[in-house]
Amino acid sequence: MTLKTGLPDGEGADASDAKGNVERATASQRTLVWWAFKKHKLAVVSAWILIAMLVVIVLTEFVAPYGARHRDSEYTTAPPQVLKLWDTDGEDGFRWGLHVDGHVSEQDPRSLRITYEPDPDDRVEVGFFVKGDEYRLFGLIPWDRHLIGPKHHGDPMYLLGTTTDGQDLFSQIVYATRVSASVGIIGVLLAFALGIALGAVSGYFGGWIDNIIQRLIELFMAVPSIPLWLGIAAALPPHMGPVTRYFIITTILALVAWTGLAREVRGRFLALRSEEFVTSALLDGSGHGRVMFRHMLPSFSSHIIAALSLSIPSMILAETSLSWLGLGLRPPAVSWGVQLQDASKWSVLSNAPWLLIPGLCVVIAVLAFNFVGDGLRDAADPYKH
Amino acid sequence: MTEPLLEVNDLHVRFPVQRNLLGRVTVENHAVSGVDLTLRGGETLGLVGESGCGKTTLGRTIVGAQKATSGTIVYEGSELTSLKNRERGRYRRQIRMVFQDPFSSLNPRMTLRQIIGDPLIAGGEARGSELEDRVAEMMRRVGLSPDYMDRYPHAFSGGQRQRVNIARALIVGPKLVVADEPVSALDVSVRAQILNLLRELQEEFGLTYLFISHDLSVVENIADRVAVMYFGKIVELADTAELYENPSHPYTEALMSAVPIPDPSRRGRTGRVLLPDDLPDPTNPPPGCAFASRCRHTEAGRCDVGVVPLVEGLRCVRGGELELQGIVASETDA
Repeated sequence: MTLKTGLPDGEGADASDAKGNVERATASQRTLVWWAFKKHKLAVVSAWILIAMLVVIVLTEFVAPYGARHRDSEYTTAPPQVLKLWDTDGEDGFRWGLHVDGHVSEQDPRSLRITYEPDPDDRVEVGFFVKGDEYRLFGLIPWDRHLIGPKHHGDPMYLLGTTTDGQDLFSQIVYATRVSASVGIIGVLLAFALGIALGAVSGYFGGWIDNIIQRLIELFMAVPSIPLWLGIAAALPPHMGPVTRYFIITTILALVAWTGLAREVRGRFLALRSEEFVTSALLDGSGHGRVMFRHMLPSFSSHIIAALSLSIPSMILAETSLSWLGLGLRPPAVSWGVQLQDASKWSVLSNAPWLLIPGLCVVIAVLAFNFVGDGLRDAADPYKH
Repeated sequence: MTEPLLEVNDLHVRFPVQRNLLGRVTVENHAVSGVDLTLRGGETLGLVGESGCGKTTLGRTIVGAQKATSGTIVYEGSELTSLKNRERGRYRRQIRMVFQDPFSSLNPRMTLRQIIGDPLIAGGEARGSELEDRVAEMMRRVGLSPDYMDRYPHAFSGGQRQRVNIARALIVGPKLVVADEPVSALDVSVRAQILNLLRELQEEFGLTYLFISHDLSVVENIADRVAVMYFGKIVELADTAELYENPSHPYTEALMSAVPIPDPSRRGRTGRVLLPDDLPDPTNPPPGCAFASRCRHTEAGRCDVGVVPLVEGLRCVRGGELELQGIVASETDA
């Protein structure tokens, strides 16, 4: 008995030969995610902010107008100088030229408070790619050019004002961005390595292995994180170098953060384990490692990246709070938290509100990571429709 | 009669349902409880039964996706259930599986090249251009254009995906293919194409099929012999035509009466046999015949005691006494 149906060359195949369909059919998952991500405007804008931040992290010394140790004792707690394109008080009246006005300072004899007034006659010419403090780009190439700065080396140009020590706030923020953002990124990567490894094993094998790992996670989660941070941070010897301290703080943050990620990864593995393509991969003769990391992990890599960018903000916030409390990084290392220590006194705040700008950076960075994470999470599953 | 390719003897598969504090299993689900089955080389054995009767578990145990609790599976003289994962490798290429769900069985993140070639890559058998050639050849064989090699499964219809599944199963040159409801998820029109493809491939490669399905008309179409499974046991096993026309087990009769037949002259005289919805508890199987609680021919004292053995392809103490109604063979059938 034979059914009278001709054998086709793949039914319905002809329908998918239109150009756009071919593009869609051969589009990898990454491409599909990108198409979906592009529709999320806020996430795209945030992604640009993050890219700018990455550039700042890589080219820190070039972007900052002054070197990390630059200090101008004549200009402590000076207000921001406004960047101007032209002025009208030269000999010819109107003239073009990027510049800032210098300051005249005056000290009140009774309160000792220094007030600054812009002095239109003191013109500080500003240029791009100017010579300034020497530095080593990427820690290797000696260079002295800066993205923006006063044309005459040593002139005061403090776009965001100065700190109570007379340091250029803008340069300091640039240096702090490298530290704060990279603590978040490196910390999350560490946490993820741990979280993915343990979560994958836990969800994939199940049974008693799962039980042990889950109890371990609960143990970690039960330890209150703030006292734990405080305890470990307080136990660090105070004379420790800033680099060592940086890595230890990052590791501590990662050790606290990995549990949530491990849970997430475990849940995904648990759900995927019952999919038939996993069974068929095993029947194809793949070992457990290959099934876990070649067949299963790629199916939610976009979810992982989304979870990754969503957990960076809490790292950044944690580092900021720790450093602000004086338990995280310490001067001479600069991070947003260290900078905000300056702004923790009311007297300083009322006179120098620009010292809060590092806090604004924290807010922007946290929001940007969150929006990008949101956009990725929504785009992560391009097959759902 | 040809030498048996595969012999399943007294196979049991039990799933733990509940454990006590010490981790000892206290309640078990008997998915497969004592199956004996012989597959001859080159034949198609249909395995039918209602949902939850253990037919998929049996198939998965034969391919090695599921561990047997007890019993043996002998393939060409070698016992498989006692083999460790590593030693089993060789047989994984001889006994392959085609899955039911054409959507969840293909990894959405892999191209057809990766999916179909996976058994070759995993076994370190082929790579690069050799892999590509073999995948292309296999795709052509199952009626897919090799141009689609770099496409992802989401671009294909259910029927095409099932062709991919078949290609992946056959690329390592198996002898036995366990097809678990391979056409159940497909449209009726596509179903026939896939069945014909399976039949052609069987002839070309000399395959033996264990064809699992709950759809009796599909099984009638493709199988040489049919095994009826109920509650983890084979209750009847016979040649297809014989089984459909003259069922010997009351459960088979009930199944047959549920097949919709468009041709009025083929319909039986008695009409539908309706079964009460009274399945026994799989964690605590009753003595005697498992079907006794739903059977209209049950005789107290005979059917609900002891163990009912499978005798000459029938597991029923009242075998031979009963007048049962099958499906009248169609005139066109030779």
